[in-house]
Amino acid sequence: MSDVLIRVPAVLRPFAGDASELRVAAGSLAQVLERVAVRHPQLVPRVLTPDGQLRPFVNLFVDRTNARALQGLATEVPAGAVVSILPAVAGG
Amino acid sequence: MSTPAPRPGTPVELDPGAACDLVRRGVALLDVRDAPELATGMADGARHVPLCELERRAPELEPDRSQVVLLICASGRRSRQGAERLRTLGYGRAMSVAGGFQRWRAEGLPVARSPDEVADLDVERYARQLTLPEVGLDGQRRLRDARVLLVGAGGLGSPAALYLAAAGVGHLTLVDDDRVERSNLHRQVLHGDADTGRLKIDSGAATLQALNPTVEVTRVERRLTAANARTLLEGAHVALDGADNFATRYAVNDACIALGIPQVHGSVFRFEGQVTVLWPAAPGGGPCYRCLYPEAPPPELAPSCGEAGVLGVVPGVIGLLQAAETLKLLLGVGSPLVGRLLQYDALRGSFDEFDVARTPACPACAR
Repeated sequence: MSDVLIRVPAVLRPFAGDASELRVAAGSLAQVLERVAVRHPQLVPRVLTPDGQLRPFVNLFVDRTNARALQGLATEVPAGAVVSILPAVAGG
Repeated sequence: MSTPAPRPGTPVELDPGAACDLVRRGVALLDVRDAPELATGMADGARHVPLCELERRAPELEPDRSQVVLLICASGRRSRQGAERLRTLGYGRAMSVAGGFQRWRAEGLPVARSPDEVADLDVERYARQLTLPEVGLDGQRRLRDARVLLVGAGGLGSPAALYLAAAGVGHLTLVDDDRVERSNLHRQVLHGDADTGRLKIDSGAATLQALNPTVEVTRVERRLTAANARTLLEGAHVALDGADNFATRYAVNDACIALGIPQVHGSVFRFEGQVTVLWPAAPGGGPCYRCLYPEAPPPELAPSCGEAGVLGVVPGVIGLLQAAETLKLLLGVGSPLVGRLLQYDALRGSFDEFDVARTPACPACAR
């Protein structure tokens, strides 16, 4: 299987057609997000700034590793990997 | 000293009355119960040696293996096991008191008060955790002397506070300026229907004291802010962050960094929750909240539980994970969630674990 799985947190599901999981072809994290944006154009602006940087209140994990600790959006996401979007959540 | 010797092959058990006569004549009586069980008192003249230590300590307690050695426990079962084990070590006259301390007391034989090693603790209450080697008497005293500040007495703070009080954490501070609303009750289990309209700190303190009157609960009717966070947290060993807004969470973070104490973070949204321990001063270091999330999201991307809803059990799960992490930190056992974040998804029924690292240039915690 050449896809990666993207886990969409509840707070962002309204921008992903209420999907909790998406599948797109593998590539760099930036490419993965571009492929997501084709189908869900409202979702990616919640994750990236207009100039394409990762927003400071969102973390992207490739499997269990924070992309910030890898090569950021240039991180290669291999087929079969899971990308988890983890936004800051304040509810208590 | 000469004592009447049961002949080899005689039963391994002895009636309490006969055992008592032997003890009066100087025969060793070893109480093999666990320390917490001694709270109910001990057979007069007995020495405490937990069953797990019996074989190791027997030579020191009775070097002469030809002597009679008596063992007693609660009901006679463990002491019989102990006597059989001692016999295999060469104590051919090791015997168990039949019916144990229960029968000893029922027969009106002399009883001594609890030894000093347990007299200062409510050992009956904590019996099931005192028997854990990771807790024990020293750990229970550590919990009794601990100070935990709970930011918020709501969805996360409620379950956490209940279990910390139940576990015997001696000093809990509740910081919250909200009053109980009926829409809180499906998740904020410190408060009951009749508490509607009361300050959460009052309702919460009453619930906690009813659960465990030995716990001291301090009520702070304030919203924790950047201006007062450090003063409020001074003296706390752990901050349990169950706030409902980002400004408070960053204020807790900055004060915890300044004071070098761990911030046990929990947050929830609908069916999901996150928990981690933020503690840059941890042995080996760990990230702070600003390493994890440098900035708060704009309000439209961070709806509150009030706006977005939350399944009541989700803060229950996350709050209890926070309580578990807090107890581990106070006891100094296990691997705290420093540098790791657990995400719970109730709908998927799964936990995911992520590595979270310090940001070398973090404006808050970088040295």
